[in-house]
Amino acid sequence: METHAIEISNLHKRYGRLEVLKGISLTANQGDVISIIGGSGSGKSTFLRCINFLETPSEGSIRIHGEEIAVRREKTGSLVPADRRQLQRIRSQLGMVFQSFNLWPHMTVLQNVIEVPTQVLGLSRDQATATAEELLRRVGLFEKRGVYPAFLSGGQQQRAAIARALAIQPLVTLFDEPTSALDPELVGEVLSVIRDLAREKRTMILVTHEMAFAREVSTHVVFLHKGLIAEQGTPAEIFGSPRCEPLQKFISSIR
Amino acid sequence: MFDISLLSLTPPGWGATLLDGFANSLTLASGGYAIGLLLGTAGALGKLNGNAFFREALETYTTVVRAVPELVLILFLYYAGTDAMNRLLAALDIPAVDVGGLAAGISVIGIVQGAYSTEVLRGAILAVPYGQIEAAKAYGMSPLRILWRITLPAMLPFAIPGLANLWLIATKDTALLAVVGFRELALATRQAAGTTKDYMLFFTTAGAMYLALTIVSSLVIKMVERRVTRRLAVAHA
Repeated sequence: METHAIEISNLHKRYGRLEVLKGISLTANQGDVISIIGGSGSGKSTFLRCINFLETPSEGSIRIHGEEIAVRREKTGSLVPADRRQLQRIRSQLGMVFQSFNLWPHMTVLQNVIEVPTQVLGLSRDQATATAEELLRRVGLFEKRGVYPAFLSGGQQQRAAIARALAIQPLVTLFDEPTSALDPELVGEVLSVIRDLAREKRTMILVTHEMAFAREVSTHVVFLHKGLIAEQGTPAEIFGSPRCEPLQKFISSIR
Repeated sequence: MFDISLLSLTPPGWGATLLDGFANSLTLASGGYAIGLLLGTAGALGKLNGNAFFREALETYTTVVRAVPELVLILFLYYAGTDAMNRLLAALDIPAVDVGGLAAGISVIGIVQGAYSTEVLRGAILAVPYGQIEAAKAYGMSPLRILWRITLPAMLPFAIPGLANLWLIATKDTALLAVVGFRELALATRQAAGTTKDYMLFFTTAGAMYLALTIVSSLVIKMVERRVTRRLAVAHA
């Protein structure tokens, strides 16, 4: 059997009596760019955060390149990671780009990018720095490598955060609304970096509100509605001929 | 008006006694401050991450220490503390030890400082935006590495004003140790003044020494603060 880059099955997430995710299954092959779209409260960010266990799922399983993240059930009935080290190792293979960048403020741009390679992956400083400088050149921040994040614009910070994600040579990169916190004039520079990554056939899962962008770069679009996948398909299918009513409404509301 | 020769370093001058007292004060303050920082770091982490029992114990510690006047605490910890320790040693069939004034003094100031720095550091850690810690988690850092590489350095800018304040308080708290007969600067001054009856001279001199310590400390604090906040693009006056 072919191993998928990511295989999520029957994912549920409950907060007390509120069920945010009601059983989501999704597989991504290598090179897939999957966009998750949906209205606010549809559960799309929660879904993304369950993939690397920033939120622990209430039910279901997650496999990354065939390896299932081990969980056990507590007496209270909730799932917890069963093997901290395994989770840390898998996490260190998943890049994540956050809505609010979340760069480490006490480190320069370069230090941010080499932190995980040197501290977690065990690369030498020289190796990590060489890779990091290459990546910073790609995202147009080589000149800013010695600067602290607070001195950068939002767009620059997000590009630095993307370089940080790429520096670990991720199996899959997760983007959690990467442009939602940016001023409109800065959105373009970040999208163009992500577009380049999509062209390179990197495996990515992208939660986004940028519909034109999702349509352009995705291999696959997933529409979440009330905690379930209401519809999925190619960008042309989803945006061109939406079948279910919630998706039709959603698409006409954002035009 | 002043007989300056009384400050000479050789008898009959009292200069050496004052300097010796000043050195004792400095040792007390820095030792107590260091212990306070250790207790405070442990206390803040315990309050934020510990189990219910641990959190309650720490809450009791910070509440009691901050509620009781420091002078009372010092008398209590100095006499009752060493007594309790020796009783414990006796129960274990270990001969009693005579805890020196310096060691006892440092511990007392450390325990008092620890309660305050627990709260300063707890507040500073809470001020670090959670997303930064979450990012470290998402990249597979272990809890200990997150603490060492991310949380502690990231909270520093928020902690420095409070910690600087505590240092200045520590330098002045040393004078309270005079009541238990430890010869720090205040007691040395009182002895010199009492013997020579030149109160004005000696108390003015001691005041100048405390002032000098505060001024030097403030300069160092400003330097450290500038270094740390420079990264955050905040304007400093």
